Amino acid sequence: MTTLSGWGNVPARGRERLSERIERASAGAVLSRGLGRSYGDSSLPPSSEPIVLGTRLADRVLDFDPETGALRAEAGLSLLELNRLMIPRRWFTPVTPGTQFVTLGGMVAADVHGKGHHRAGCFASQHVRALRMRVADGRVLEVSRDQHPDLLLATFGGMGLTGHILEVEFTMRRVASPWIWSESRRVDDLDEFIARLKETSVEWPYQVGIVDGLARGEQLGRGILDYGRWATAEEAGGRPVRFKRRVTVPFSMPAALRQRWSVGLFYSLLVRKHVPRHKRHGLRHFEDFFYPLDTFRRWNRLYGPRGFTQYQCVLPNAAGVSAVRRLLEVMAREGGVPYLAIMKDCGPEGEGMLSFPMAGTSLALDFPITDDTQRLVDRLNELVIREGGRIYLAKDMFTRPEHFAAMEPRLAAWSAVRERWDPEGALRSAQSVRVLGDAP
Amino acid sequence: MNIVMLGATRGMGRALARLLAERGDRVFLLGRDAEELERSAADLAVRAPNFKGFRGHAPCDLSDTQSFAPALRAAEEALGRVDVVVVTAGLFATQEQLEADIDRTELLLRVNFTNTVVFCEHARATLMARGGGTLCVFSSVAGDRGRKPVALYGASKAGLSHYLESLDHRFRDQGLVTICVKPGFVNTGMTAGLKPPPFAGEPEKVARDVLKAIDAGTPMIYTPSIWRLIMLVILHLPRAVMRRVGF
Ligand SMILES: Cc1cc2nc3c(=O)[nH]c(=O)nc-3n(C[C@H](O)[C@H](O)[C@H](O)COP(=O)(O)OP(=O)(O)OC[C@H]3O[C@@H](n4cnc5c(N)ncnc54)[C@H](O)[C@@H]3O)c2cc1C
Ligand SMILES: NC(=O)c1ccc[n+]([C@@H]2O[C@H](COP(=O)([O-])OP(=O)(O)OC[C@H]3O[C@@H](n4cnc5c(N)ncnc54)[C@H](OP(=O)(O)O)[C@@H]3O)[C@@H](O)[C@H]2O)c1
Repeated sequence: MTTLSGWGNVPARGRERLSERIERASAGAVLSRGLGRSYGDSSLPPSSEPIVLGTRLADRVLDFDPETGALRAEAGLSLLELNRLMIPRRWFTPVTPGTQFVTLGGMVAADVHGKGHHRAGCFASQHVRALRMRVADGRVLEVSRDQHPDLLLATFGGMGLTGHILEVEFTMRRVASPWIWSESRRVDDLDEFIARLKETSVEWPYQVGIVDGLARGEQLGRGILDYGRWATAEEAGGRPVRFKRRVTVPFSMPAALRQRWSVGLFYSLLVRKHVPRHKRHGLRHFEDFFYPLDTFRRWNRLYGPRGFTQYQCVLPNAAGVSAVRRLLEVMAREGGVPYLAIMKDCGPEGEGMLSFPMAGTSLALDFPITDDTQRLVDRLNELVIREGGRIYLAKDMFTRPEHFAAMEPRLAAWSAVRERWDPEGALRSAQSVRVLGDAP
Repeated sequence: MNIVMLGATRGMGRALARLLAERGDRVFLLGRDAEELERSAADLAVRAPNFKGFRGHAPCDLSDTQSFAPALRAAEEALGRVDVVVVTAGLFATQEQLEADIDRTELLLRVNFTNTVVFCEHARATLMARGGGTLCVFSSVAGDRGRKPVALYGASKAGLSHYLESLDHRFRDQGLVTICVKPGFVNTGMTAGLKPPPFAGEPEKVARDVLKAIDAGTPMIYTPSIWRLIMLVILHLPRAVMRRVGF
């Protein structure tokens, strides 16, 4: 039996059919999949139709206008390749997630956000002008705000369930140099953290917080705040960028090394080495700043053979700092030990009908999977529902359908559009079977 | 440089064409599907240093020898002069698929050997009419030794490698440099359905190796280079051992 898994390394029955010609190969396909960097089961097929279309060989740039920055490309083009091509020429994607190993199709389907969400919004909602899509009835369509806008907005964040994205057109942005000017500082507790996130989001285009997931009590919510902007040509002084070498994690980390103390050690090394007491600032390589984890290929193996999940939710501003505190407390009470905990300030909700972000605070927590993970996610979800927040499907593997429905008042409107374009429910994923009750 | 490429719409050819276009070379594409050629030409044009590089293509189907001369003429007209001709086009099928389908076997042998050689003969004439140039053709490690899983495909590549070596000996001093590229297992659409061996390579790496060989005029390369070692071992395995092993 061949298996396929998301980034969380939990295998399911499935196989990828790769093709350069996705326009042809998408006919009749149940789902498209890019580079499989969604953590859970978003990119996995339903059990009755185990073959997904792999898009990553469909990676041609079709047009670029250096006057306006408008770029059109096939949906399998990776951000890695786009950066390699465009960064030396001072162009950058308007929104980037925390890894370059994603495709344009995956960026649209998850309507990804990045360190710049408070300013730049989501990739698709804010910056995509048009898509070429194959829809369930077999037609291939140009989709934009003028043609089939309902399909366009249901596809932004629609996790591949509204049609196969074949081409993506969006607007790149100019950058003054290929370097980042950034500052980092230690933050001692949660109140300070959230206050500083709000503060830096006013002045800085990019920001992210790394929270010490092991800290409790007074120190709950301490961590490092990292923020930056593109360096000016003068600051960069004409230094060219070299792309980084990568190291592959060769095998699954044995359980003996995956202990609470090793996570703690990892974190203190990060804090101590990385950020002294006061602020640190200076020029940073853009890959260090945006993609620190990309240095290690297959780092997901560090979580061992059972794999891991990321729990990412956003809590609305209205719920206040105390909601974030309550979430961290529930996590601690349920025994959750996050290997990595990332906190960001989100700007207003985008146009995508199921886009994840809303004005508030987003938290992303990585957990190795254990027998208790389902219960942990249930408790966290109950809290998120109470606080009026929601979770991010691109990371999810454990959310129950009733919980998802309770946190997504937008679901009915999105489902109506989906049903219009795919009345038979031909396009499905393992995730849509689990969370939306689609036929297996 | 001015380069004509047959088979650059996908796979290793696509990767090599990109490297050439990115450093400012002019690449003219030959292939069997006009729309695919157009899309690949667009991709290469954007990659050129000024975002608006050379763009040109003409129809050429390796299964139809009649298409060769007009295609090369169109390339020469568009480029002015041709410095390098690269052939990455080729067919693959598993030994089992071929044994079950004699028509498919006939087509593969014809495309990979006879017609590729005929195309090279046209390209040789084109290049030598202007005093020489480089002819770079993708054969395979599969042509190095008779092996169970590639009896037919390997035979087509063995014949091709043989021809390419002779061509280099025969015409090098008249200005024609012939390069035989022997890739090992490389992850492309061609091999997507197969289980990759431990040393599977990536097309971008192959492209970098081949570019170096073209610039240096190296007559034969294994790529990725680990395959030189692997083939050294395989070439020296006794016949009795080869009969027993599965690769
Ligand atoms: C280290 C790391 C950091 C990350 N950081 C962030 C972050 O900061 N912000 C953020 O938003 N996300 C982040 N992500 C998540 C990632 O950006 C998304 O999951 C993205 O969708 C992955 O793209 P992909 O090409 O790998 O898609 P896949 O994982 O292969 O697929 C994701 C979804 O997109 C659909 N899809 C893919 N291609 C197509 C297509 N051509 N047509 C239709 N549907 C398609 C799939 O069906 C699936 O539902 C991160 C992931 C990792 C591993
Ligand atoms: N991949 C490997 O592991 C491997 C190993 C050793 C040797 N090789 C050899 O290396 C070469 C390139 O392989 P690849 O993996 O890059 O292949 P690929 O991805 O399958 O690409 C093959 C290319 O050849 C073209 N082509 C096929 N038949 C053609 C025809 N009749 N007329 C014109 N063009 C045709 C295709 O064009 P279309 O787009 O029109 O289909 C495509 O551009 C081949 O000769 C192959 O035998 C490959």
